[in-house]
Amino acid sequence: MAFERFKQWLGAGRPPGQSNDATAPPGLRERYNLTEEEYRRIVTLLNRRPNEIELNIFSVMWSEHCSYKSSKVHLKKFPTVGDRVLQGPGENAGVVDIGDGWAIAFKIESHNHPSFIEPYQGAATGVGGILRDIFTMGARPIALMDSLRMGPLEDPANRRLLDGVVRGIAGYGNCVGVPTVGGELVIQEMHSRNPLVNVLCAGVLRTDRLMRAAAAGPGNAVLYMGSKTGRDGIHGATMASAQFESGDEDKRPNVQVGDPFMEKKLLEACLELIEQGLLVGLQDMGAAGLTSSSVEMASRAGTGLRLELDRVPLREAHMTPHEICLSESQERMLAVVAPDRLPAVEAICRKWDVETAVIGEVTATGRWELFWRQAPVASLPICALTDDAPVYERPMKTPAYVQLLQSLPLEMMPVPGDLTKVLLTMVSSPSLASKAWIYQQYDHMVGTATVVPPGADAAVVRIGHADKAVALSVDGNARYCLLNPYLGGAIAVMEGARNVTCVGATPLAVTDCLNFGSPEQPETMWQFAACVEGMADACRQLGLPVVSGNVSLYNETNGQPIYPSPVVGTLGLLDHLDRIVTPWFQSEGDLVVLLGPQGDALGGSEYLRLIHHQERGLLPDVDMVQELAVQQASRAAMAAGLIRSAHDCAEGGLAITLAEAALGTITPLRPGGLGAVISIPAPAHLRVDGVLFGELQSRIMLTLQEDKIETASKIFTSYSVPWAVIGRVGGDRLTITVPSAPSSPGLAGSSGRDGRPVIDIDLTALHNTWHFGLPQLMGDTSCR
Amino acid sequence: MRAGVVVFPGSNCDQDCLWALEASGIEAVPLWHKDDSVQGCEAVILPGGFSYGDYLRCGAIARLSPIMAAIGRHAKAGGVVLGICNGFQILTEAGLLPGTLLRNTGLRFICRPVFVRIEQAASALTRRCQPGQVLSLPIAHAEGRYWLDGPALRQLEEQGQVVLRYCAADGRVDESANPNGSVNQIAGVSNRDGNVVGLMPHPERAIDPWLGGTDGRCLINSLRHPDASAATPALRSVAST
Repeated sequence: MAFERFKQWLGAGRPPGQSNDATAPPGLRERYNLTEEEYRRIVTLLNRRPNEIELNIFSVMWSEHCSYKSSKVHLKKFPTVGDRVLQGPGENAGVVDIGDGWAIAFKIESHNHPSFIEPYQGAATGVGGILRDIFTMGARPIALMDSLRMGPLEDPANRRLLDGVVRGIAGYGNCVGVPTVGGELVIQEMHSRNPLVNVLCAGVLRTDRLMRAAAAGPGNAVLYMGSKTGRDGIHGATMASAQFESGDEDKRPNVQVGDPFMEKKLLEACLELIEQGLLVGLQDMGAAGLTSSSVEMASRAGTGLRLELDRVPLREAHMTPHEICLSESQERMLAVVAPDRLPAVEAICRKWDVETAVIGEVTATGRWELFWRQAPVASLPICALTDDAPVYERPMKTPAYVQLLQSLPLEMMPVPGDLTKVLLTMVSSPSLASKAWIYQQYDHMVGTATVVPPGADAAVVRIGHADKAVALSVDGNARYCLLNPYLGGAIAVMEGARNVTCVGATPLAVTDCLNFGSPEQPETMWQFAACVEGMADACRQLGLPVVSGNVSLYNETNGQPIYPSPVVGTLGLLDHLDRIVTPWFQSEGDLVVLLGPQGDALGGSEYLRLIHHQERGLLPDVDMVQELAVQQASRAAMAAGLIRSAHDCAEGGLAITLAEAALGTITPLRPGGLGAVISIPAPAHLRVDGVLFGELQSRIMLTLQEDKIETASKIFTSYSVPWAVIGRVGGDRLTITVPSAPSSPGLAGSSGRDGRPVIDIDLTALHNTWHFGLPQLMGDTSCR
Repeated sequence: MRAGVVVFPGSNCDQDCLWALEASGIEAVPLWHKDDSVQGCEAVILPGGFSYGDYLRCGAIARLSPIMAAIGRHAKAGGVVLGICNGFQILTEAGLLPGTLLRNTGLRFICRPVFVRIEQAASALTRRCQPGQVLSLPIAHAEGRYWLDGPALRQLEEQGQVVLRYCAADGRVDESANPNGSVNQIAGVSNRDGNVVGLMPHPERAIDPWLGGTDGRCLINSLRHPDASAATPALRSVAST
């Protein structure tokens, strides 16, 4: 009898008749994604060979996805503490105090691999997973955001992916009733075979109801809640820790299927259980299912667990212990409950039609013990699966391409004659076009709290119908990170903080999702380390702790890695709703002010990519001190009630910033919109296209009433921030001239420097191009 | 007066409705779907959401809940019943309102503000509105295409049971202002007596200037008893539950 032998095995420390032979079983790499060295480490830790189930457990728990073995040493660079941090990294989500007894739990997570294989379910279950991460903390989810990186939409395969992902996010989020309030869409060739789907969720809780995922108290019951366990998603975590190869579409069975209705019931049941103080610990079963969730819970509490697998509710008959352990069936939770509270817990679950089963108990052994029909099938020290997992300092190497890419022969790229046409081309491209086609498919209003809906620099969501709100933004520019991973990482953090500043909020904390290629490539590891360093430095400079996050490596298909793609989610706080500022022009006659530096740097810009088909150049200089000053000056002017609108200068440069501020004013009741007449004096040696479309950092465009400029200028000066009045709001056109600066006489006749407008366009025409750019590409004629 | 908001498993606008009612000065209580009484409420609201996950067909399972029998009795006795979005779908499934709601012609979920025109100012939902008044209200649905045809549609129109129609900002009713392909641009209907009303737009999302508009107030206020003071109460600030 296999089990009899196994019992002896456990008792003796090693199986009878077998030596402590560390020869790896065949197919170690292919089946378990483990190296020979890792196998030897397992044998040493156990002082015996693992059995088949145990080897599978190590396979998932030591996978990159669960163990962070390649990223750990770098992630330590992030600042993670702060006055407002109630929970930093290591739990299901970070938690930040926002005052008056309220806190926000938030986190961003990737679901890249599943979304490539099956876009609808991949994205849907990504939403489901991040929602559970938030409500396990005792927080009611109040907002979702998503960062989507797709291949060019001219390719029908990419259109299918984007369409499926958007439908998946909508199908899940809308049903559960959590508004999707914003996000980003970036188009890049590299994502044709490896799209990125990152989902952020924020939830609100009372600080005294903060729940943690620890399996404390030996003798307490381990309660299984939610959907039954099926065979879906087995080894999903292992899959997410390997790169794709052609034919991997066959991995479809590894993708889970979501049931948002079950999630909604689970959410309500869990929040009611936490509200009544009935739980000791709560954890969702995400990647690596029951295994990872139970091991993590015990690890956090320093306890052990004894689980009886035959008590797990099953969707299909004849599942093996191994399948039960590793199933990634969705909408399942693991709770730790004191035995005397069980009847009350079960009653609440019954009320919400949520199935429960007691599947084990907390022990003091420090071991993770699995039983199947009373017989032991695995017994492992918890620390062998967690603390003793391998940690790698992977080799790094500066890639050879960097020098080549940073060179930019601008003389080969003449300034186009018709810059209005350039603007039209740019606003119709999916990265810069209106995202209404996407966010109109998301219920972004449910919850009656979305004060600033999608389309602004950051979304603003009100807290409990009170005079308090949070701002949320997701940002990251992978092209910047390719050209200079340190600056690209820093800019992602800076831009996030700038975006929440633009709506009037004070940035409090960030969460990050680090999407990279294979850590086994020294060039990728170099990108990773540099990006993290840039992000960490910017976080420190701006005073933003990193409270949660996720690392997604092996984003490669057929050996081609994606661009280094950190995505930063930023949380900001507004203590009063009347402090809210939007990016859109407000009134005829208001002055347009540009805070921050001016210049014509074009390196790494969206303009170069879209118009000159070049992704190269040196990134503009970044001055983190000035960045902070620009943000502080803006917030101070807003707090003084001086500012009518504020908009970050980001991808597409100043011209796109101006266009967006004007385009957002077009409504059914004001179909002509509200334009502006702009004049940006610049020294004659600067390129006009650089002035218009260059992406200098640390710039915010503000509008204010003329009689406020004197007071505002004192604030700007007190923060030593450069500023200039560049025009006036009014009319139904956007008109931009770039006269030669008075100090340097212009070159008569050179493009755009003769005093005539370089951009002059009717807003309605610009709006049509911008608003319908995306649906036209997607072939959807029903979008309004 | 007291209004009840039914909570089905999968309802997700129940809290929004409770808040909107209370903020409008109407006492509001949740009604659990497993109950078999409307707890003496004068008005019952079936909120938006995805009751029973919209599985099988929107509203098809919710209509079998114990509370629905009580709501049927309440409606028959002349009590006010309002179905918003998924609630409207449930009322058509339950046979308390004519017609059905099909998938949007664009085959996608749509969430955005639309304009609707008051076609019938005698219903329980519109008795404090003016005929022809144009309101801006958000919609958020994938199955909102109202459908009825033949004599039944003719009858619905003739009997004045069309309460709201999608329209342009100036009140013009034309096909370009139809977000989902609804027949005759219908956004909301009532039963013959006008005490049972269903609509796809969300009035509860349009009562607070911070949320983009207050055009939903006249609809929510219409739920009050007709002989209550006609003055619109100021929006009250209430803590969320």
